[in-house]
Amino acid sequence: MPATRAAFRAVRADVEEFLFEYAALLERGEIARWPDFFTDDAVYQVVARDNAESNLPLGLIYAEGKGMLQDRAYALIHTEMYAPRYIQLRMSNTRVIAVDEPYITAETSYLLLETLIDEPTRVQQTGKSFDVIRRVGDQLLFKERKCVYDTVLINNCLVFPV
Amino acid sequence: MDTIESTYQGNAPIVLPKGLTWPGDEMQIPDWIYTDPQVAALEQERIFLGRHWNFVGLECEVPNPNDYIRSFVGAIPVVVARDADGAIHVFENRCSHRGAEFCRSYRGNGERFVCPYHNWTFDNRGKLVAIPFRRGVRGKGGMPDGFDMGEHDLRTFHVTTHNGVIFATACSDMESVEDYLGPEVLREFNTIFPGAEMKLLGIHRNTLPGNWKLYQENLKDPYHATLLHTYLTTFGLFVTSNESNVVTDQQGRHCVLMSRRPQGRPEVAKEEQADMQAFRQTMQLKDQRVLDYFREVDSPWTGSAITIWPNLSALRQQNILNTRLIVPRGPNELMMIWAVFGRATDDEAMVRHRLRQNNIFGPAGFLGIEDNEALKFVQDGLTRSLPRHGLAMLGDDREPVDTIITERAIRGMYRYYRQVMGF
Ligand SMILES: [Fe+2]
Repeated sequence: MPATRAAFRAVRADVEEFLFEYAALLERGEIARWPDFFTDDAVYQVVARDNAESNLPLGLIYAEGKGMLQDRAYALIHTEMYAPRYIQLRMSNTRVIAVDEPYITAETSYLLLETLIDEPTRVQQTGKSFDVIRRVGDQLLFKERKCVYDTVLINNCLVFPV
Repeated sequence: MDTIESTYQGNAPIVLPKGLTWPGDEMQIPDWIYTDPQVAALEQERIFLGRHWNFVGLECEVPNPNDYIRSFVGAIPVVVARDADGAIHVFENRCSHRGAEFCRSYRGNGERFVCPYHNWTFDNRGKLVAIPFRRGVRGKGGMPDGFDMGEHDLRTFHVTTHNGVIFATACSDMESVEDYLGPEVLREFNTIFPGAEMKLLGIHRNTLPGNWKLYQENLKDPYHATLLHTYLTTFGLFVTSNESNVVTDQQGRHCVLMSRRPQGRPEVAKEEQADMQAFRQTMQLKDQRVLDYFREVDSPWTGSAITIWPNLSALRQQNILNTRLIVPRGPNELMMIWAVFGRATDDEAMVRHRLRQNNIFGPAGFLGIEDNEALKFVQDGLTRSLPRHGLAMLGDDREPVDTIITERAIRGMYRYYRQVMGF
């Protein structure tokens, strides 16, 4: 762990900056660049909280490696049919759990809001992300990102990743 | 013990809700069957509490003695519980005292269910075993002398299982589930459920703002597969030139869509490509592992999507194995409970393969998103716009089973539906 409180806060600031850029990209709908936030060997999972707590491994999304994220991004842009929507991805309460350079372990609460045409804004998903972030030069990348959602009963479908 | 008995009377006079008439043309489906609350209420009685086997869960969801899950028969909340001796029981999730829905966890393990309101206690066969202050306090109050505990058990359903799949019915003289499925459907059913021990990988849950029958239709509709799901055609999982069969039971209520994936890249004729928007023959997945198929059943088909009337869909697609439990929630919404499983013999690599492949289905899956979105579009159209009958006219009722551009199975389902509903 960093020696001083100031150094620790500096790590948290780095993590927050990274997460906020990630959220901003998704909110802008730049899904093609979404995989760029991950290492080549990253594991990305979105898991229902009841499955997680029952040690059931099924993911709503389960990707091993950047290739699978690129395939999902391609599908969302080119093959998937879904109603157009705006999304807002709120991230808060980031806590740095451990620092073991180049890896940072952090937990963050998230809230995904969706707005469809002629419909009121709705909460699509809320939960907590458990991230292992790798520092590569002056850049951060997800090595592991596991989003565990409380919103177990999904409103129709989750189109964009969190 | 009380058993829920079907309220459906075979000879009951048929009264169509006021102002509603089924169109004379068999190719038309009236839109009020998707939106009318009286029709939805009648369906609960005649279909879900009628002469049918309702799917309620898999044995691998309650593998150990005293395991239980919440589930549904039609719209009715139930508990599916395995008792200490291993037998499975299905009973109402509703206290026999004041009606509280007492079981509030998705799954658990325990011999007793205690209603939190007044602590009435039931065992996992649904039997009432304890009432606090039954004799009152200091000789005052309490239950009347003639109170018979045995008359206040939870109402249970008749239960049967087939190779790990649990069914419940309110009907006391149902045929076996094997006879209910019929030989053609049973044969394919057994390729998904061969009796080998299953391992639950997890559950997806979603609501869908559409009538429950739309989901039955969707899985009896091979016409939409290559048109809506361009993921399949883009990455070569399925094209209309794949060998396919559409098989239904004698009564037209169950259906199996079987398909065989071509070896290597599929070939698509020029004229077919023109009809399939956004076909991209050259695309390769960056991670090809998702398409791997490890042959694990003795079947010439790489995939089969089965719909069992009224509330089950079972799927085997490559190495994806799942069930979908369709729960109606009024005319305009359904809830879907997906159980995704593998085999008890899977090693860690096989489990991970199944997890990777399962990105195709579920409420964030490449096909799952599209089906849910398309059905929402349909319900939006049905509820918001002027009444107009829908069409199901593709194909021919006497066509060969390898016809794929067809709505034969949808028409068959509605012939059966009309018979049961008396429309
Ligand atoms: Fe579909």
